[in-house]
Amino acid sequence: MLDAALCVVRRDLLLAWRRRGDVATALLFFLIVASLFPLGIGFEPNLLRAIAPGVIWVAALLSSMLSLSRLFAADHADGTLEQLLLGASPLGVIAAAKAAAHWIVSGLPLALIAPFIALQYDMPGELTPVLALSLLLGTPVLSLIGAIGAALTLGVRGGGILLSLLVLPLYVPVLILGAGSVDMAAAGMGGEGQLLLLAALLVASCVFAPWAIATALRISME
Amino acid sequence: MLEAAGLECVRQKRTLFRSLSFSLTRGERLRIAGANGSGKTSLLRILCGLLTPDAGEVRWKSEPIGALREEYSRQIVYLGHAPAVKDDLTAAENLEIACRLAGFPAKAGAALERLGIAADVPVRKLSQGQRRRAALARLVVSEQVPLWLLDEPYAALDPQATAIVDALLAAHAARGGAVIFTTHQETGAAAARVIELHA
Repeated sequence: MLDAALCVVRRDLLLAWRRRGDVATALLFFLIVASLFPLGIGFEPNLLRAIAPGVIWVAALLSSMLSLSRLFAADHADGTLEQLLLGASPLGVIAAAKAAAHWIVSGLPLALIAPFIALQYDMPGELTPVLALSLLLGTPVLSLIGAIGAALTLGVRGGGILLSLLVLPLYVPVLILGAGSVDMAAAGMGGEGQLLLLAALLVASCVFAPWAIATALRISME
Repeated sequence: MLEAAGLECVRQKRTLFRSLSFSLTRGERLRIAGANGSGKTSLLRILCGLLTPDAGEVRWKSEPIGALREEYSRQIVYLGHAPAVKDDLTAAENLEIACRLAGFPAKAGAALERLGIAADVPVRKLSQGQRRRAALARLVVSEQVPLWLLDEPYAALDPQATAIVDALLAAHAARGGAVIFTTHQETGAAAARVIELHA
């Protein structure tokens, strides 16, 4: 079972490596969007410092969503998704592995780049670990919830738009908690509360999302 | 081994087949024949559990496959219309991944050699027929899997590859495995029982 999950993660990472351009697009999107705000707003350190957590989180959220529609669509097109469904291990495990691979490719790098982006916003040094940690806890939730949407809209015409409409409202709690944790830390109240809630959200979605993704995939494949 | 009882399939408000029943025993080859759009692929997808029939059920060793799920998946190989190989991976990588997902260790090299496919070339660079051969290599490594469900295994194959597939199917039946396949061609069908679908 674990072997199959590792196999799927390895396969998706290998595929991502062979198509590096697609991965780079999402990361560049994050970099560019987050860098445009300081350029557009100009030199207003207080304003920049105030909007930094929100802007970085929104950019991360959109960038993570950019690659969602491809999550199952490519496997669906070449028939490998049918083989995943007919695999020897439970579909929930495979679904979790797919979401994990998506996170490693499109979520984890964001958490690693974010501290450097924060420099452009003159974010105080003690806040960058909070920002990185909030992204580290929040982006897996985005991948898991997003995968449910991607599975539901599989094979639907105009699925891309539908996917955004379906998934963005569900991202809102993650956005509020993620950006809120940095805001609270900036206000000197510590962001632990929000970070713990994010962690709770992560645990809950780790438990329920794979099951939901598997069910959605079964429905879409009929 | 496999039993289909009163299967009914409705696609886009059109009844493809109704009260279709048959059973399959060890060593048997069953060919599903019928015109385009007569429901051959739908029937295969129902038999492997990807599609739920509108009525009736499929039983594996007298247990409904819906209850068995992965247990049943381990007993079958399904080759669908799409070759189920990743364009960016090599034929060997594709086959190894397919084996690991099916839950048994891979012996990719020998299987690909038998079908005459270069192991270390990305599938993207292969022709349509070679891609098909790369997909069929799964049959060579799936000797111990009792039931093979093949959708158009002879499509896009040259006479040499057709002969290899024929030999694989015959060997599987002789081993006591069962095969259900669809095809328009008469090749390889001689030894098989036929079910004709009329839309």
